[in-house]
Amino acid sequence: MSAVDAPRPGLGRLFSAGATQRLLAFASLVALLVGFSLASPNFMQMSNIIAILQATSVNGVLAVAVTLVIITGGIDLSVGTMMTFCAVIAGVVLTYWGLPMPFGILAAIGAGAFCGLCSGTFVAKMKIPPFIATLGMMLILKGLALVISGTRPIYFNDTPGFDLISRGSIVGSIVPGLPIPNGVMILFLVAIGTAYILGRTILGRYCFALGSNEEAVRLSGVNTDAWKMAIYALAGGIVGIAGLLIASRLNSAQPALGLGYELEAIAAVVIGGTSLSGGRGTILGTLIGALIMAVLTNGLRILSVAQEWQTVVTGAIIILAVYADQVRRRTAN
Amino acid sequence: MLTRRTLFGAAGALALFAAPHGASAQDVYVPLISKGFQHQFWQAVKAGADQAAEELGVEVTFEGPDNETMVDRQIDMLAAALAKNPDAIGFAALDSQAAIPLLRQAQEAGIPVIAFDSGVDSDIPVATASTDNIAAAALAADKMAELIDGKGKVAVVAHDQTSRTGIDRRDGFVKRIEAEYPDIEIVTVQYGGGDHLESTELTKAILQANPDLAGIFGTNEGSAVGVVNGVREMGREGVVVIGYDSGTQQKEAIRDGTMAGAITQNPVGIGYETVKAAVAAANGDSVPKTIDTGFYWYDKTNIDDPEIAAVLYD
Repeated sequence: MSAVDAPRPGLGRLFSAGATQRLLAFASLVALLVGFSLASPNFMQMSNIIAILQATSVNGVLAVAVTLVIITGGIDLSVGTMMTFCAVIAGVVLTYWGLPMPFGILAAIGAGAFCGLCSGTFVAKMKIPPFIATLGMMLILKGLALVISGTRPIYFNDTPGFDLISRGSIVGSIVPGLPIPNGVMILFLVAIGTAYILGRTILGRYCFALGSNEEAVRLSGVNTDAWKMAIYALAGGIVGIAGLLIASRLNSAQPALGLGYELEAIAAVVIGGTSLSGGRGTILGTLIGALIMAVLTNGLRILSVAQEWQTVVTGAIIILAVYADQVRRRTAN
Repeated sequence: MLTRRTLFGAAGALALFAAPHGASAQDVYVPLISKGFQHQFWQAVKAGADQAAEELGVEVTFEGPDNETMVDRQIDMLAAALAKNPDAIGFAALDSQAAIPLLRQAQEAGIPVIAFDSGVDSDIPVATASTDNIAAAALAADKMAELIDGKGKVAVVAHDQTSRTGIDRRDGFVKRIEAEYPDIEIVTVQYGGGDHLESTELTKAILQANPDLAGIFGTNEGSAVGVVNGVREMGREGVVVIGYDSGTQQKEAIRDGTMAGAITQNPVGIGYETVKAAVAAANGDSVPKTIDTGFYWYDKTNIDDPEIAAVLYD
């Protein structure tokens, strides 16, 4: 960390730095869409576009949460199992206790924020490296989700309307012919809200500042620990929303699910141009990254590409995306 | 929004009927969405499906999530398969409920669904091709009792506690022991996720805790191989190991006597029957509601019998 990396205003950063990478990512997204459309008439169908968006929603929300943590120079490996844990909490509140839906929603988001706060405390106060702290949280939450649920899926059949959180479509009921699922709209709202926090609030400013040069921020008299904990808690709350989305989509809390989802979220963040070394990143980029992952996966399936090759292609795309970012930054310097 | 979706479905169905489909068998396309992919068992199911595809002259694709917890990934695969307007779909549900909206969509579009492996808890599938896992695990319990003379302590190393097969095999074994063999005690049921290493460690801990253990049942390929490894690493003699499914390592263990025997399903048959039923349903022929694909006990004495060798895979 050198003086060159000293924090610049978050707002300017949001719109200037990383713009090329976003453009590049966006261009790749468009290229993928055009390519798959030409390759198969089944790709550019309304029902398939809806399926792609639906597949993006959970990973997208997780990726937005991870983006916050990564910008601070940290990493969160626990988002996958934390999502599951929050879904299970919602299941306990709604199905086991029989409380009305708003309580389940609050409980899931609250559980996520609390877990995030725990991770934040491990990182900020106990000085455990984020990789280790969140690795520990990942395992703790995986186990707790199984313990609390009694290792069985919890179904939401007694909570009418719960499945509509993700599967329903308010947009579709207003604009017939555009049945965008609520889950996707929630992803967009979460993204807009988080982009606002990053670009327009002190919390967002410190998020970038911590990732650029934490020591400088501390020396200027800022309580970096508290801000860091707040950011992890915010990310946790967003993960809680992802937990609600997946639970609603499956109409059940699946306690064994979750491992591996953190890596896909991190992949989306990285494709979107956010630097793993912190201090740089955008929510729009992450959103595009998550869309690229979903379009790629869906498109390769539509083309009936053998599954083993789908994985190879996805891996190659991640490396290409980050390489392009490196080249751009080297030329910029 | 549901009405909208219904409309789309109806339009899809109309398009399907309008197209001169079924006229040539070459046009028939059947995607199979399985519960897994990398595991040798699923590769054997795929081999059976490919064999049927070749014989019947249809196109088949085979996909499944990386592991059996990824319920939402499987739903995404099903959605992509539906987008391709297939003539029929083969589907092995990780969680039946989660898939219902998409299965309903398939039904509305007139796409017959064939459930395979563990089936789907719904009346939408026109047929189900699967193994009776409860009966198969009960057979494993009978064999265990026979081999340990009806008394002693046994343990179960299961692959997971949430999937249908995990639950059925555990319960099939445990309930038969409890009901028929009062002198056999099940000391523990542990879950290793079907992971070889995890199951090995579990087995070693179980053996450590129970020096007088008489037998262990491993509920799938990974669990069974893990049990064999654990028993070997601990150097324990005289523990009766019973496995499930096949695979190179398990077959070797049975040949060299480390494993007493195992239950095998008929994965090739599952794949084959699924595609056969799917093509029949796509052509409007009637198909039986349940297709029992069978299971067998195999040990050193019959492992090379043609009937058994045909359903084992490496």
